[in-house]
Amino acid sequence: MTTTSLADEVGRRDHAAWKAPNEAAYRRRERSETTVLAALAVPGLLLIGAIALTPIAWLFWLSFRSGSDFTFEHYERLLHPTYTLTLQTTFELSFLVTAICIALGYPLAYLISQVRPRLAGFLLLLVLFPVWTSLLVRCYAWLVLLQRRGVVNSWLQDMGLIDAPLRLMHNFTGTTIGMVHIMLPFMVLPLYATMRSINRDYMRAAANLGASPVKAFWGVFVPLSFPGLFAGIIIVFVLCLGFYVTPALLGGGRVMMWSMQIERNVTYHSDWGAASALGVVLLAMTLAILWGVGRLIGFDRIVGGR
Amino acid sequence: MLRRPATETQITHGGRLWLYVLGGLTLLFLILPSLLVIPLSFSDSRYLAFPPPGWSTRWYEAYFDAIEWRDATAMSFTAATLTMVISTALGTLAAYGMHTSQSRFTQLAYATFMLPLIIPGILIAIGIFLLYAHLGLNNTLTGIVLAHSVMAIPLVVILVASSFKSYDMNQEMVARSLGASRPWAFLTVTLPQIKTSVISAALLAFITSLDEVVISLFIAGGDKATLTRRMFNALRDEIDPTIAAISTLLILISIFLLGLTQLLQRSPNQQPTPGNEPSPRQSAKA
Repeated sequence: MTTTSLADEVGRRDHAAWKAPNEAAYRRRERSETTVLAALAVPGLLLIGAIALTPIAWLFWLSFRSGSDFTFEHYERLLHPTYTLTLQTTFELSFLVTAICIALGYPLAYLISQVRPRLAGFLLLLVLFPVWTSLLVRCYAWLVLLQRRGVVNSWLQDMGLIDAPLRLMHNFTGTTIGMVHIMLPFMVLPLYATMRSINRDYMRAAANLGASPVKAFWGVFVPLSFPGLFAGIIIVFVLCLGFYVTPALLGGGRVMMWSMQIERNVTYHSDWGAASALGVVLLAMTLAILWGVGRLIGFDRIVGGR
Repeated sequence: MLRRPATETQITHGGRLWLYVLGGLTLLFLILPSLLVIPLSFSDSRYLAFPPPGWSTRWYEAYFDAIEWRDATAMSFTAATLTMVISTALGTLAAYGMHTSQSRFTQLAYATFMLPLIIPGILIAIGIFLLYAHLGLNNTLTGIVLAHSVMAIPLVVILVASSFKSYDMNQEMVARSLGASRPWAFLTVTLPQIKTSVISAALLAFITSLDEVVISLFIAGGDKATLTRRMFNALRDEIDPTIAAISTLLILISIFLLGLTQLLQRSPNQQPTPGNEPSPRQSAKA
């Protein structure tokens, strides 16, 4: 017993003697490895920094410049009725589109979460199909469908529902329809991801405790689906705020969005001061919404979407 | 059938009929408009009535005969292919680095990678336009590819990073303890197991570039105009049925690429996607 403890003691001393430098080398190695691995992200970051972020910093700077002076004039100009009206349209359209997306997306996501997995996979594929289809193709489809002699108008007339063709595009209605079509998948996908992970036992428990199906749905299922719902609302609303293509095509110049004012100031007036001030306001609104909701429900849930 | 209970809470299928109808109609709303373009592209009339009064391939001929449409198509596919290569390489590298490194900066780096998705597209577009005006990169292939890569890299990072979450890094450790260098271990052990996600990410990068509109409107003009830019300008002026033919081709590409990602996910050596079928323990915690 003494011999073993002696051997132990020798071993321990031995170990301690070369443990210190070994550990230091190991730490150094680990540190350098951490740095090398972190450096793998650098090429991508450099590209994003140089191409996307630097110009935005530049625009921020330009929004306070007039000639070589510091000025707030570009921001003061935003108080003009043209711009406040644009802001109002932008928010109205974004709220309306988000609301319709909830009304259509929630039942659809719920339906997909309730059916057999194989069917759910197929239905999900149908939701993904528009996401993979070109934005312009979908706008074109709506232009064709909604025009004066378009498919929708001629069907409505054939069914005797209307006498004269309705004005469905180049106005607020057409823009709303087109935007809902673009945004709906972004509502359904996070909602479905959350609903799928809701434990069915909770619904069973609610039924056992005497809740009617309707009460169990509103009292148990809906609150549990809130993370997905919030994620969907944020994604859709923020995307709507800065959206350009669909309002530009389906609005026909009659629906003026914030993003279109930015484009106009650059292409028609080459007014970089106004364009960058508009851009800074748009970015500030977007970040404020993301930050506010991030504080409220945790940013991971928005980004992760589940 | 309709009397059968559909859920744990004893709602019958009949009681849920409205849900099936509403869900079905919503799905039709999502897919039908795009699909309706396909028969319209074979119409022989300038006016896009449905059903078409007669059939012809004249709009396809108009598309293939027009040199500016052909050039724009070639331009878009070249840009999309280059964007796919660059963004997949840089995005995968970054996702791997951020996952394995214990550096404090990885959180910040990940957030930075997400910025192009958060910042409104129009703002990025005018920013790049301003930058390129000073660098002389407007209306060049290089400029378009770099700009599209910036939009595609975040998507690649998200997809590849999420596949790392369900990947056991110890496998790479084993390979290295057996003498493989880190790059070799990554290439021969890790990459083959996350290849599904990497290929899906590459396809997504490709379609992102192919469909990108707003940035192209500003920076891809002249003889470097992309397909989307030409389409956008054509749509603003009139509803030319040639675009129905182009749209049909683009829809077929979308279906093909989407189908490819689905096939990949079903291949036998598939990666379980994170959160796919939560284990009982996970759902109990939820």
